[in-house]
Amino acid sequence: MVIDTLISDTFPVLAQYVGDKKLVYLDSAATTQKPQCVIDAITHYYEHDNANIHRGVHTLSMRSTQAYEKTRCRVASLLGADRPEEVIFVRGATEGINLIAQAWARPRIGVGDEILITEMEHHSNIVPWQLVCEQTGASLKVTPILDDGSIDLDAYKSLLTPQTKIVSITHVSNAIGSINPVKEMCSLAKKVGAITVVDGAQAVGHMRVDLKEIDCDFYVISGHKMFGPTGIGCLIGKYDILNEMEPWQGGGDMILSVSFEETKWNHVPFKFEAGTPHIAGAIGLGAAIEFLEEISYDAIETHEHELLAYGTEVLGKIEGVGFIGTAPHKSGILTFTVKDVHPHDVGTILDHAGVAIRTGNHCAEPLMKRFGLTATCRASFSIYNTKEEIDKLGEAIREAIRILG
Amino acid sequence: MSNLRELYLEMVTDHAKRPRNKGKVDPCDHTGHGYNPLCGDVVMITLNLDGETIKDLKFDGEGCAISTASADLMADAVKGKTIEDARLLFRGFHALVAGDGFDGDLGKLIVFEGVREFPMRVKCATLAWHTLIAALDDSTEVTTE
Repeated sequence: MVIDTLISDTFPVLAQYVGDKKLVYLDSAATTQKPQCVIDAITHYYEHDNANIHRGVHTLSMRSTQAYEKTRCRVASLLGADRPEEVIFVRGATEGINLIAQAWARPRIGVGDEILITEMEHHSNIVPWQLVCEQTGASLKVTPILDDGSIDLDAYKSLLTPQTKIVSITHVSNAIGSINPVKEMCSLAKKVGAITVVDGAQAVGHMRVDLKEIDCDFYVISGHKMFGPTGIGCLIGKYDILNEMEPWQGGGDMILSVSFEETKWNHVPFKFEAGTPHIAGAIGLGAAIEFLEEISYDAIETHEHELLAYGTEVLGKIEGVGFIGTAPHKSGILTFTVKDVHPHDVGTILDHAGVAIRTGNHCAEPLMKRFGLTATCRASFSIYNTKEEIDKLGEAIREAIRILG
Repeated sequence: MSNLRELYLEMVTDHAKRPRNKGKVDPCDHTGHGYNPLCGDVVMITLNLDGETIKDLKFDGEGCAISTASADLMADAVKGKTIEDARLLFRGFHALVAGDGFDGDLGKLIVFEGVREFPMRVKCATLAWHTLIAALDDSTEVTTE
């Protein structure tokens, strides 16, 4: 397939050997590798344009500002936001959720109010809400999942009440790959008057996301999970809601005027971007979006779907391998256990075959507990992976069974 | 692949699959709880002293091959030893797996020498030991973080 041969060549990190084995990178759910164009964009920025943004009339500052703001427009157009001002740069999805929790939820909720999440959330969509519950007296409710790892929609409906003030759900589970029916879930949440938050960290690098269709109030993404750099991500929110919110952090760039008596806030989105941001990161993210659009979501989804089907087939044939999460709608994530071999040992033995996977609780301890496990192995796929690499994964798992099973 | 074989020596995999000292000493004088948040390994140590000597010791919990084998061989190694000797043994073991090496006599524990080539696995090998020290000190839960 075209993707197999061409795409992996554009990721310099993938050309290396781990020991004497060619690297097989199957940990893209943790972070994706970066294509040359993203690395070049960051280098170019530091070599030619580096200057602070939104201040200074000199040429470099103008170029930096334009490049930074261009990414804002790219994010808005990629995800179908109503206007670029709805895109706020943050460090990543985690910071985006914390921003919503502190700047939207904290001043608006109290005792008797409820925040509804799901059992499959990443810690980043649990802990910020626990903090806000502690601060306000609100309580946290959790939608259970079914045995195959999909959301229990009936339970979700019954947990939605007039007390529900916020619904915060992941679009795609980082730990087991389930794709949630976020459009339906947001629409149900709106009927009880709740604000809706969707964690898109595991979605945007793998599937087309249309915010007009999902119609959530907030959506958060992380650049490094969509071929961009670490330390940059976006919170995309409905303009009117963002406009009503007080700032989250104070500093330069988020103000219109400052005196010791009175300070006026800048407009959305700058109101939420205090201090010099990760300019190079935003520019790198812009390059990553251009890259994604060139490949097209159609090609990505087709390729990853094929890999998931092939991986399920190859690993399914190995005696002792059990899958966790077999939802009908799944992203390219294969989570499994190997009988009598602890995931940590699997990880070490696979690493010796050059195969990089994630082992542990995947920052989703409650989800692991749901399946009665403390740890699992996770192979996650991206556009640069191949069926041949999945064969290597299968062979390395057999080796782990030979040594320890 | 050679150092992978040195990590999973036959004695290590044997004790991982068939630990001899797994369970609880009941009743017991001292207990310790250990936890490795990175991989979710948990270990509980229960032991009885006879004066200054460790009379009996068992471990319970869930962990990888390295942490299970290490807990099991630790139990063999410290039973019948004084608290002071057990502490000295841990210092030697720690130097073996994570420090500059150890020239003294560690008995069977020498099978963990290969761990030093795997920095990410040092915590697996030392979890039971940290928990033992906590049990002897009667301190609260330890984690390897």
